[in-house]
Amino acid sequence: MGSLADILAEHAGREGALLPILHDVQKIYGHVSEDAMREIAHALNLTRAEVYGVVSFYHDFRTEAETRPVLKLCRAEACKARGVEALVSVAEDQTRVKVEPVYCLGLCSVGPAALVGKTVHARLDSTRLTALLANL
Amino acid sequence: MKIRVSDDALAIACGADTVAEAFARSGAAVERVSSWGMHWLEPLVDIDGLGYANVTADQVVAILAGEVESIGLIAEHPFLTRQTRLTFARAGKTRPTSLDDYYANEGWLGLAKARAIGAEATVEEVLASGLRGRGGAGFPAGIKWKTVASAPADTKYIVCNADEGDSATFADRMIMEGDPFMLIEGMAIAALAVGANKGYVYIRSEYPHAIAKMEAAIAASAHLIAPFVVEVRVGAGAYVCGEETSLLNSLEGKRGEVRAKPPLPALEGLFGKPTVVNNVLTLAAVPWILTHGGEAYASFGMGRSKGTMPVQLAGNVKYGGLFEVGFGITLGELVNDIGGGTASGRPVRCVQVGGPLGAYIPPSRFDLPFDYEAFAEADALIGHAGITVFDDTVDMAQMARFAMEFCAVESCGKCTPCRLGSTRGVETLDQIIAGKNVEANLALLTDLSETMKFGSLCALGGFTPYPVMSAITHFPEDFR
Repeated sequence: MGSLADILAEHAGREGALLPILHDVQKIYGHVSEDAMREIAHALNLTRAEVYGVVSFYHDFRTEAETRPVLKLCRAEACKARGVEALVSVAEDQTRVKVEPVYCLGLCSVGPAALVGKTVHARLDSTRLTALLANL
Repeated sequence: MKIRVSDDALAIACGADTVAEAFARSGAAVERVSSWGMHWLEPLVDIDGLGYANVTADQVVAILAGEVESIGLIAEHPFLTRQTRLTFARAGKTRPTSLDDYYANEGWLGLAKARAIGAEATVEEVLASGLRGRGGAGFPAGIKWKTVASAPADTKYIVCNADEGDSATFADRMIMEGDPFMLIEGMAIAALAVGANKGYVYIRSEYPHAIAKMEAAIAASAHLIAPFVVEVRVGAGAYVCGEETSLLNSLEGKRGEVRAKPPLPALEGLFGKPTVVNNVLTLAAVPWILTHGGEAYASFGMGRSKGTMPVQLAGNVKYGGLFEVGFGITLGELVNDIGGGTASGRPVRCVQVGGPLGAYIPPSRFDLPFDYEAFAEADALIGHAGITVFDDTVDMAQMARFAMEFCAVESCGKCTPCRLGSTRGVETLDQIIAGKNVEANLALLTDLSETMKFGSLCALGGFTPYPVMSAITHFPEDFR
């Protein structure tokens, strides 16, 4: 699986193929470009507006590439109860890593928690978060 | 010597992989098993039944030399002996994607029973169990199955809602990562009962470990559930897709907008076909029910809330984790006796039960029994049975604001009360927090909450008023 054409061929004929296609496109290209949306729309017999509507609806999909490493910091209630709000300034004190909010990683008894790619981190405090950010 | 370390995402986030690697480097064989659900002890190492808590890699040599004191036999830990583990019976004991382990521990018995007694009797067993939807709505699963079973169609679907987005909930994740075959078996039983040939597990993208385990388990067990076929579909970061009709739209490749009901998904669901949409916990309860009988399941619980509920203790709680218990246990027992109060050691100020759409409940109401009807009467909901504990440093006006803000971020935009109401709610709360026209704005907010509660299409807009109004009702001092 390398190009957009390969991705489209792999998902051809699949029920409700749009989300799996968008996930694959984003995995390979880091974002879903306008050109990609046009080709996907053509392949699935959708309008570009329909594809754009789906891309813009879901928080996971980006229309522009993010060059920095991304850390998703859980800001939901259980992590708030365990002090995540005090860590937000730590995250904002640097710009090398893009820190995005996420609402729940299912690690609610050992928060504050964060996700980097597929790697999970728990029991964060300012020291640990600083170290984590520095090493990304 | 048998060394076991969990490979659940929570254990890994606490360092379980590093610990397991350290054991391996010392020449010891390590089995990676599911989590016991005693999260404050993770990484928890199990050596021939004895537990070693909060283990770090540099302790491994000392543990192997017998120089570290254990916490005793894990299976005899009071946190476990007080539970009634039906759905989580295998937790901590089996390798998640090992078919051998699953077979050796009652695996596939429920499906065999369903195949032996046939579709109709299978639906009857589930009806007799009194099992209600564990996703939050509490709708009787057997009635839903019966509706789908009697709907005439060439294609029917089983959709497992694994979009566990509520804060303080992780039971679905633990099942998918710790006992994925149980969920697949439950789906296969549902398929047999209603005549479905295709199943989807819709898992949120925030759960990469669950996605990997489910995909591996589906590949390993495809021959056992054939001709039924199960496929994993991954969400894309939209909380509202946990709502069943929004989830169906997402599965169809559309924006995850909520559909008006009727038509019910049971009659016109995925791609317009009759569809069972059940939560992970609901489907995971089914193999036990078929193996042991619906009546045996119904003998647990209270009133119309039958069976057990995997309660999730989270937030600022001393002993956080998974506590499966028959309905009827009080909130106070769960939070204070079992949870041990707050992790910070400060007094408990309140708990939120049921995720971001659940009510905030003060300790004065901790006599509430865990029961769908009792909670509804108290203007609260059990939801997915997640309990977030807060200590006395919490600012309830900020939490009420967050509830509205969360609704504004996650609203699908389909209906006006939710789409506009949530943003107006944030603005009104900002005025209140700034001390501007507080009484008038509180009256406005109450009115807005009523509109959202009764005018929204789904639970997102409809239930956001629960945390907001419960915060105002129980903690008025934080708003004035």
